[in-house]
Amino acid sequence: MSSTTLPVARRPLALLFSIGRLVMPAIVLFWLAMAFFGHWVAPYDPAGIQDADLFEGISRKFWLGTDYFGRDMLSRILAGARYTVGISLMATSLAVTAGVLLGLAASAIGGFFDTAVSRFLDALISIPSKMFGLVLVAAFGASIPVLVLTLAVIYLPGCYRINRSVAVNVAALDFVAVARARGESTFYIMIREILPNMVGPVLADFGLRFIYVVLLLSSLSFLGLGVQPPEADWGSLVRENMPGLPYGAPAVIMPAIAIASLTIAVNLTIDSAFGRHAREGVR
Amino acid sequence: MEPLIDIRDLRIRAHTAEGGDIEIVKGVSFSVRRGEVMGLIGESGSGKTTIALATMGYARYGCRIAGGTIRIGETMVTGLDEKGLQRLRGRKVAYIAQSAAASFNPSRPIMAQVIESALIHGLMDEAEACEKAVGLFRAMAIPHPETIGNRYPHQVSGGQLQRLMAAMALITDPDVVIFDEPTTALDVTTQIEVLKAFKEAIRDRNTTGIYVTHDLAVIAQIADSITVLRHGEVQEIAATPDLLARPAHEYSRKLLAAAEPALRASPVTGEASAPLLRVSGMSAGYGLVDRDGMPAVPVLRDIELTIGKGRALGVIGESGCGKSTLARVIAGLTPASRGTVTLDGVDLAPGIAGRSREQLREIQLVFQMADTALNPKVPIDEIIGRPLTFFFGMKGAERERRVRELLDLTHLPASVGDRLPGDLSGGQKQRVNFARALAAQPKLLLCDEVTSALDTVVAAAILDLMAELRRELGLTTMFISHDLKTIRAICDDIMVLYSGRVVETMPAAALESGRHHPYATLLLGSVPALRTDWLETTPAASLQVQGGPPALTSGGCAFFPRCLLAEPGLCDTSVPPLRAYPGGIEAACFRLAAE
Ligand SMILES: Nc1ncnc2c1ncn2[C@@H]1O[C@H](COP(=O)(O)OP(=O)(O)OP(=O)(O)O)[C@@H](O)[C@H]1O
Ligand code: SF4
Ligand SMILES: [Mg+2]
Repeated sequence: MSSTTLPVARRPLALLFSIGRLVMPAIVLFWLAMAFFGHWVAPYDPAGIQDADLFEGISRKFWLGTDYFGRDMLSRILAGARYTVGISLMATSLAVTAGVLLGLAASAIGGFFDTAVSRFLDALISIPSKMFGLVLVAAFGASIPVLVLTLAVIYLPGCYRINRSVAVNVAALDFVAVARARGESTFYIMIREILPNMVGPVLADFGLRFIYVVLLLSSLSFLGLGVQPPEADWGSLVRENMPGLPYGAPAVIMPAIAIASLTIAVNLTIDSAFGRHAREGVR
Repeated sequence: MEPLIDIRDLRIRAHTAEGGDIEIVKGVSFSVRRGEVMGLIGESGSGKTTIALATMGYARYGCRIAGGTIRIGETMVTGLDEKGLQRLRGRKVAYIAQSAAASFNPSRPIMAQVIESALIHGLMDEAEACEKAVGLFRAMAIPHPETIGNRYPHQVSGGQLQRLMAAMALITDPDVVIFDEPTTALDVTTQIEVLKAFKEAIRDRNTTGIYVTHDLAVIAQIADSITVLRHGEVQEIAATPDLLARPAHEYSRKLLAAAEPALRASPVTGEASAPLLRVSGMSAGYGLVDRDGMPAVPVLRDIELTIGKGRALGVIGESGCGKSTLARVIAGLTPASRGTVTLDGVDLAPGIAGRSREQLREIQLVFQMADTALNPKVPIDEIIGRPLTFFFGMKGAERERRVRELLDLTHLPASVGDRLPGDLSGGQKQRVNFARALAAQPKLLLCDEVTSALDTVVAAAILDLMAELRRELGLTTMFISHDLKTIRAICDDIMVLYSGRVVETMPAAALESGRHHPYATLLLGSVPALRTDWLETTPAASLQVQGGPPALTSGGCAFFPRCLLAEPGLCDTSVPPLRAYPGGIEAACFRLAAE
């Protein structure tokens, strides 16, 4: 008896997915933990110059080699997680919170408010993000609060746009009309009727936004405009170890791999989590 | 004679979201002889579409054919590999879906899509295929058969697209055609043309068909025999006339009873109670309002209506005529641009912002889709409890008690209280929808297509509930529907809307007798009756001008392009006013009086 249908053909792929489903969140959790405990877990003092050559290769003693000062690379990357993950997390939270609130308000209030906010943020979005970052950092200096705010402002418009469109779709549903017809306040409609139905998309957007922020922060740092020495995030680590490139030193590539592992893991985690949400929605 | 389609002990299993595995089709067997049509009827979830798709060897996502055999002619469908199935589909077996709009690619001309499968299977060259397609268009009574193929899908009406899709299915001369609710999305006045076209095409080509629907009256016109399904099991298989005359199974009897809803006794008698709601000179629409106070997209024009205390007014009209907009205007969701809405002698502000909380409480809306009318993230007792807190300041035990009373009133078990809407059946959701509206203790209940999304048997129970509520609470209701049978069953008065204007009002009792507006006559004649010869005998198909989509006239009677009585020079110059006729009928037609 044949049972030729889609799920059968998909099984090997499904297996792969289910492995990814465990590994990817584990990587994300690992880096989150390092953002808090990286300094403690690091085998050496991240700033301490070790008894080693510059740009040493991978060894039993220095798992990821040493940098241009002869410092332990693994320790520096673990410590750098605080800046890359921490700053990105703060900036993303700020952008997403503001984006969600504005998007909700625009969908619930509509009319002139909606138009005004949308136009203003559209204007903001049309400025190239790196240039915008350059200008702000040049004007206010590259302190961590300025970086957080700059990144948040850069990603607010995109975040607003997505959340507004999700909120507008929810706001068009009949239960919102029922609440309006009852005379409920705009605030009640925003928070109690619309917001609970946006959780999935908001979380997915948070993850994606976080990836963009990590990448932009890393590029700013790579250009020397981000986190300033003696503090170092992963972008700065790549920058300061560039002289090691001719020697094929792991010090150049390892921070880059850290960036990639974080962004890819976040991305795939959202994918699988969001897929599950979608399926629940269908049911 | 050996039947052409033979399905034996078909079992289909599906994965559930929880990772389980359930049987959704449980050992179904039936066979169809060449040239005959088998109707599959049942409520949603009964597995009728799943079975129809399986006939093409296709299992929906997450489903698989777990047992049994399907044979079409010489082909054992259940034994075919992917290649064999591809040869089967489109060539031997064709499929006509519920929504033609979703099946056509909007960016390609219609003709290219109609002949595509003939070209893919290499059955004929392009010129031959086009010629054949035009022949099919003609057989389907599609207007402009020669040129309509050059149009894009959005340039033809829904009924035409449905027939074009049938032409697409028939172009390869398939042995078997599967119709999956092909007229469900259409207005009754359009459905009748499509049904006629289908029936003729089936007869002329000696096509064998499987026709899936939930509408017994429709299937009675097309099918030679009917399989009644419920929960994936066959309840009864019988020749159509036998099923209609002598349903053997209990469930078939229920279906039959629900298809012709009995008149629910009305608590009011005779005429004239004091008016509760009065709408006069009202116009409304969407978009920006211009200097004369008319919106960019006018939807309703010069609406006049009154509903007496305790009475039920039925509002009927085709999709897009403005029924829902009327309810929204009365509730204040869409402010009227002109005219007044008066409740119990008090003029209401056009928008919600201008109305007092008490005024908002007195009018409650019940929407069509219980799915979207209930917030999926809020538990039932909070949904029903919110109006209690909002309007009456109820809290704690008092509110809990009242919620339980309301659940009881709408015949819901108290246990649904802490569940989410997603865990309830369609009928239960609609009851919650009512309970929430009743929580506000409204004077006027606006019901927008409250039974349209439900299966007939469930809808019948909701109609009973409505009749009961009217009797016990003395509610005044406006009942919007596109289904005349439903309206007739529950309402005291009927108002017919066409293209945003009132074209007729009448007492419900006058429906079957008296002279009516030409559109009302068309509507009446288009509702399929539960007998096999209705399609042949109804005059409805000859009650409207056949042909292109109705062009909207600016000045005259909106029905002019479709009206057989229309008199150019009279009807297309000014808008006919409502005039009184015998039997309490008021109609807006120039010619009705003249005749
Ligand atoms: N928000 C809106 N903006 C613009 N046009 C709208 C809007 N809502 C509805 N319309 C248009 O107004 C007209 C009337 O719509 P309405 O929903 O009142 O029709 P209806 O009679 O309830 O139809 P149905 O039977 O399909 O529910 C339609 O042409 C529709 O396209
Ligand atoms: S007014 Fe004229 S066009 Fe309109 S319904 Fe009457 S006869 Fe037909
Ligand atoms: Mg409607």
